[in-house]
Amino acid sequence: MIARRAFALSLAFLLGGCSGIQSALGRDGRHGEIFGGLFAIFLAVTLFVYLIVIAFLLAGIFRRRGKRQDGLPDEEGESREASLRKGLIGWAAFIALGLSVLTVASFVADRLMAQASGPDPLRIQIVAHQWWWEVRYEDADPSRTFRTANELHLPVGVPVQITLMSNDVIHSFWVPNLAGKQDLIPGRTTQIALHPTREGVYRGQCAEYCGLQHARMALDVTVEPVAAFRTWRTQQLLPAPLPRTPLQQAGLRYVETRECGACHSIVGTRASGQVAPDLTHLASRRTIGAGTYPMSRGHLYAWVADPQSAKPGNRMPHIPLEPDQLHAIVAYLETLR
Amino acid sequence: MIPQPRFAGDLSTLKTHAFGHRSMTWWGVIAFFLIEGTAFAMAFAAYFFLMNLEQGWPPPDFRPPGLVAGTLFTLLILLSEIPNTMLKHAAEKGQLRKVRRLLLLMVGLAVAMLVLRAFEFASLNVWWSDNAYGSIVWALLLLHAAHFATDWVDTVVLAGVMHTRHGQEGRKFVDVAENAMYWRFVWLTWLPIYVMIYWIPRWAS
Amino acid sequence: MTAKISPRDHDRDGEKLQGEALHFRLEKTWSREPGLWGWLSTTDHKEIGRRYIVTAMIFLALGGLVSLLMRLQLASPESGLISAQRYNELFTMHGTTMMFLFAVPVMEAIAIYILPLMLGTRNIAFPRLNAFSYWAYLSGGILLWAAFLLNIGPDAGWFSYVPLAGPEFSPGKRTDIWAQMVTFTEIAALAVSVEIVATILKLRAPGMTLARMPIFAWAMLVVSLMTIFSMPSVTLASGFLLSDRLVGTHFYNQYEYGDALLWQHLFWFFGHPEVYIIFLPAAGFVSEIVQTFSRRPTFGYTAIVLAIVAIGLLAFGLWVHHMFATGLPRVGYSFYTAASMTVAIPSGIQIFCWIATMWDGRPRFQVPLLYVVGFVITFVLGGLTGVMLASVPLDLQLHDTYFVVAHFHYVLVGGSVFPLLGAVTYWFPKFTGRMMSERLGQATFWLLFGGFQLAFAPMHLSGLMGMPRRVYTYPEGMGWDLTNLLSTIGAFIVALAVLMFVVNALLSMKRGQAAGANPWDAPGLEWATGSPPPVYNFPHIPVVTSRTPLWDNRAKLPVMTGLRVDEREQLLTTVIDARPDLREPSPIPTIWPFVASLALAALFVSSMFTPWAVVIGTPPLAAALVAWFWPKSPDVTPEPVIE
Repeated sequence: MIARRAFALSLAFLLGGCSGIQSALGRDGRHGEIFGGLFAIFLAVTLFVYLIVIAFLLAGIFRRRGKRQDGLPDEEGESREASLRKGLIGWAAFIALGLSVLTVASFVADRLMAQASGPDPLRIQIVAHQWWWEVRYEDADPSRTFRTANELHLPVGVPVQITLMSNDVIHSFWVPNLAGKQDLIPGRTTQIALHPTREGVYRGQCAEYCGLQHARMALDVTVEPVAAFRTWRTQQLLPAPLPRTPLQQAGLRYVETRECGACHSIVGTRASGQVAPDLTHLASRRTIGAGTYPMSRGHLYAWVADPQSAKPGNRMPHIPLEPDQLHAIVAYLETLR
Repeated sequence: MIPQPRFAGDLSTLKTHAFGHRSMTWWGVIAFFLIEGTAFAMAFAAYFFLMNLEQGWPPPDFRPPGLVAGTLFTLLILLSEIPNTMLKHAAEKGQLRKVRRLLLLMVGLAVAMLVLRAFEFASLNVWWSDNAYGSIVWALLLLHAAHFATDWVDTVVLAGVMHTRHGQEGRKFVDVAENAMYWRFVWLTWLPIYVMIYWIPRWAS
Repeated sequence: MTAKISPRDHDRDGEKLQGEALHFRLEKTWSREPGLWGWLSTTDHKEIGRRYIVTAMIFLALGGLVSLLMRLQLASPESGLISAQRYNELFTMHGTTMMFLFAVPVMEAIAIYILPLMLGTRNIAFPRLNAFSYWAYLSGGILLWAAFLLNIGPDAGWFSYVPLAGPEFSPGKRTDIWAQMVTFTEIAALAVSVEIVATILKLRAPGMTLARMPIFAWAMLVVSLMTIFSMPSVTLASGFLLSDRLVGTHFYNQYEYGDALLWQHLFWFFGHPEVYIIFLPAAGFVSEIVQTFSRRPTFGYTAIVLAIVAIGLLAFGLWVHHMFATGLPRVGYSFYTAASMTVAIPSGIQIFCWIATMWDGRPRFQVPLLYVVGFVITFVLGGLTGVMLASVPLDLQLHDTYFVVAHFHYVLVGGSVFPLLGAVTYWFPKFTGRMMSERLGQATFWLLFGGFQLAFAPMHLSGLMGMPRRVYTYPEGMGWDLTNLLSTIGAFIVALAVLMFVVNALLSMKRGQAAGANPWDAPGLEWATGSPPPVYNFPHIPVVTSRTPLWDNRAKLPVMTGLRVDEREQLLTTVIDARPDLREPSPIPTIWPFVASLALAALFVSSMFTPWAVVIGTPPLAAALVAWFWPKSPDVTPEPVIE
């Protein structure tokens, strides 16, 4: 039937064509594929039921009726009562059947997703803060663990197991292209498994209202070939490079001895604050401020000069800087690749 | 058009008061039972939820509440059911003098229990602000104390009313009977709370 | 020839006292003092019901205005129109106002007005409690909105999760005010629920067995019981929150063995039944409207009633579906998925019965029935997205996105607001004696229906495309720009339609076509008396012999006589069979419920600032309550002598 083909086509368009970098319809991981299939089943069944209801409604509205006294049952009416009663029972049974099908489909999908992870996963620990993500890549060898912030690099085709914790309020970790969400609840530890199957650049966002700047708590996710991931990881394990130009050195001095180092850490320098994002490889990230600004020299200037303007209320205070201080700091930060 | 009336029955011989579920206020009292009972049930659920988190019960370095005041209170409130039942029967039979005396007795007993309740608070061995165990234990005791105090005030007011000329109305005897029913709810809800405050911490630790 | 009139005959209605003479006497007995004092001390359910309805509609408008501001902000990406702080307050005020100050109260309000009329009695049960509950409700609403306008409004969302709403992350008074508003409105709702249960069980007309009761009455009975069993949970939860914030308890503090999830369980144990508390009265409206306008008794009365009861019970087993992302054991989640799916069965049964009534009847598509059609189209769609959300794997993507926002607006607006507007149009002639404009009503309906679809349908897409909830802005280039713009346009169309509805109502009150007692030729008892009804509702107590009394007794309505006319008196009937049982006095107007509510407000508001307020504020409240219940009459009326 033409209608069915049109329906299938639009479904395919919907599920494939509407996919962006932060989309539940993106099928970029094993979990996303299972979701897509389950959603298609639910959509088909519920749409079918809806069309039946609307058809019955339209029939009820436009049906041609003979003359009959108001409100009083008549002989024809009696037999209509009986057939309506049969219809009711049939309808109730039909709904129950449809719901059972959907429930079973849901359970099956759930089991499939549970099995979608795989052995020997990459282990990551995320601690959510108001309003940034602290990311720690684990390893059996402690000297191969490292911290970063507001981003994930993942090797394609490798299962990932992320332990989720919160430092303050309830947040929710959500990278829709890869999987559903999981809350980070203070006082509890939760887990989420990912299994990316397609390379690409994606965006995650906190999905549980967590206060003033909940809207600006995004996460940049890069899924890349295994070799590229290894290169990235090796780079991340390196300490910050020594600044070469006098301007950069002046920047490092400021960062180490003034406000910055009290909150931020830069491995290999004297800046060792633990309450703010680690900046060791800041300049290699895609965004600043958990998705507030794209990474660029100009935006670094804007953020450092006044972090409160684009993300008011965030925990980084506005520190009035002299122009040369600002130049020096940004020059240094740009070396942190 | 409003249809014309067709007279089909006479209501003038109906009485104006009755006991038990025939009375309107009985339904109001039952509804309040349901409301307060649900509140208690949710508090009990919160108690067990918190108990199942990882901690001691009570947490380390805290002792369970002292038994004396709470146990005395429990004994006294259970005993008070005897005059309470007598009061309910006297009200249903319309025996005004007996009702007056028993109401005063209940008021007095409740005062003694209020004193014991004060001692209970003092012997919990934990503050509400120490930890979640302390918070829920204080909450349970306070919820019941509010419950108890409200019924005490009701009993005082009824004792007052029954000593005036209003005491002769049939409807007032219904109020007394229903207040006696409420008193049963007060000690029935106390029993699980007694166990939860005084005994579970002893069994769990 | 007139029989000899004994003194007793003058005091009772009946053959010897009816018509104009009876009306005069009853009106004298049942009226209140004119002026402000009378208005504050009234015990008339119709007057209290009217003020409840008007107040709830004002909160609807306020909650709607707030949402227009939200939509203006979201119409374009990275909009600087509204700050983050202000936006967070706006969405909190929108949800809180709609859920606590509009949706539940408006349903109760209509029940307060129409149920005693529908059931054939003279007043609601516990009329002084009714008066008190209105003032408690109003106090809560004023507290919330005054705080918002004074810039200390709550900003933690309408369900106020901890630890965000706790003392550490929401310092100051904002969340205290939210929590105390909850306490006020819960007290009001519980009080009304008690009244409704007692009215339905004990004050029905003789012959109105439970099986002949209007479906709306069944809906309100179930809803009131649901309220009684669910609202204590949120009262306890908000009480714990207040005490964590104000006196240092640790119910929700994980550092001292408390738990943030305790809040979620306690809140959603209430929160899920709450949405059915909002929907089921609307199901009652639909049943009444569809019957009258299809000109046949509702098909499947028993099925609908059983479905209502089933929904009422099932609603208590679903709450964890709001918590699928919190990491609770997966095995437990399966139960809640199955239960959440199951609730679609009774809902589907009801939909069938309503459509079947239209199909088998001779429908007239006047405005109330249009709203029923709009309801079916919209609510069923929302119910189906609800079925999607019941599945854990689907929910883990869709939870906390605009998909959920679309879902719940479809079920709440489609499932409750459309029937509500239909019901208001339907009962407007009964309340005011005039008809609303049919033409304006039709235009309003179409505008509202279209505007609603435009506002909320695109949100399904935004959610699927990754837009989370409760964000004050969003980046460019996410693919969300168009859907958000469409939603904003739709929202303004909805606002225009609501405005049209209000204008229709106001104009019609002055200049609407005069309505008789039963302008729609409806079957229910409320149409067996004047429009608006006299203050005593019915001159004689009607007797009922079927589910559609006025259709079966068009010429003459059987009545029972013999209640006193000089004292306010009602008839108590037995619970199941509605046999006449007792005569019950109904309280005369009194100022004490109002005074008690002032004492309550003083106690609750001041206790947000110091715990000593509880000690100082309780005696005045107790005194007001004692004065309220102290027996009144200076001359004791002796019991009538049975001859």
